[in-house]
Amino acid sequence: MAELVKKSSVEIVTKPEGLEGQGFFATRVDSVMGLARANSLWPLPFATSCCGIEFMATMASHYDLARFGMERLSFSPRQADLLMVMGTIAKKMGPTLRQVYEQMAEPRWVISVGACACSGGIFDTYSVLQGIDRIIPVDVYVPGCPPNPEQIIDGILKIQELAKHESSRRRYSPEYKALLNSYGIE
Amino acid sequence: MEEFLSKVHAVLNEKFPGEVLSAELVYDFPVVTVKPNHSHAILQFLKEDASFNFHFLTDLTGVQTADEKELGVIYHLHNLPANIRIRIKTFFSITKPEIKSVTDLWPAANWMERETYDFFGVKFQGHPNLKRILNVDEMDIFPLRKEYPLEDQTRDDKSDKMFGR
Repeated sequence: MAELVKKSSVEIVTKPEGLEGQGFFATRVDSVMGLARANSLWPLPFATSCCGIEFMATMASHYDLARFGMERLSFSPRQADLLMVMGTIAKKMGPTLRQVYEQMAEPRWVISVGACACSGGIFDTYSVLQGIDRIIPVDVYVPGCPPNPEQIIDGILKIQELAKHESSRRRYSPEYKALLNSYGIE
Repeated sequence: MEEFLSKVHAVLNEKFPGEVLSAELVYDFPVVTVKPNHSHAILQFLKEDASFNFHFLTDLTGVQTADEKELGVIYHLHNLPANIRIRIKTFFSITKPEIKSVTDLWPAANWMERETYDFFGVKFQGHPNLKRILNVDEMDIFPLRKEYPLEDQTRDDKSDKMFGR
């Protein structure tokens, strides 16, 4: 039996750096928290157009975002860790998006999926927000019009890397406060 | 259709002498252009007259003429029982873009007039709630007027040297 366990190549997560001995494993709290957060992100899909369709494909069985610990979509911003903005954001929708972001609890990440969310895309026009980073801070940009599910997964994995390696003190740092203040968010 | 158009033309000329500027068929569609001052009375007549009975307002929209000096309001009317449609156009100077609201004739005109105000700045006299409907309230331009550029003016990644605009 012990041999069978040894031979198995299944590895759920990579072990963080730490001290190991018989019956104990010591590591930093940050690493464990990062590990837990990164592999159980609750995404809030803010899908307004065709990128949202690609996201549906990403969530469905073929690409299966659940493999990365994203089994549960959160449709309440208060319980979400990751805001996924997918699609054109009209200027009139800007305040709503901002409110959704403000309602999310820390730590929170934002992924901007598609050309429209990143930069306004083809809609260089008076009615469309020219990139959501004009109203909320963005962690990862996924370009494409629309991006493939593979690209969206790549962006999610980058978010996971961010979550994994983020210091637990980052959200209290003056730099982070200054970043939020530059967007006018308390 | 020509018969119907000449009938409309004749009746309107008789009822409102000097108000009808032109009456023509455009792709077999009767189009009547009238002066703005009595457009409300003309529309009311077309709605309430038993022989015309244009009781349904299909569409109301704005337009700016190519010389940029005039704004227009276009009404599409429909007589549902007889299935006859007509298009009424009226043009006025862009310096004084005012016209009487038809919300008292067709409540459906409420949002359509707000939209026309939103995009062209046409002030509909007597409208109960004339404010922007589709664009953000803070917008200080009328974006479909030719004097305002289509592109977002806050964008700085598309300089002339890169895209030759």
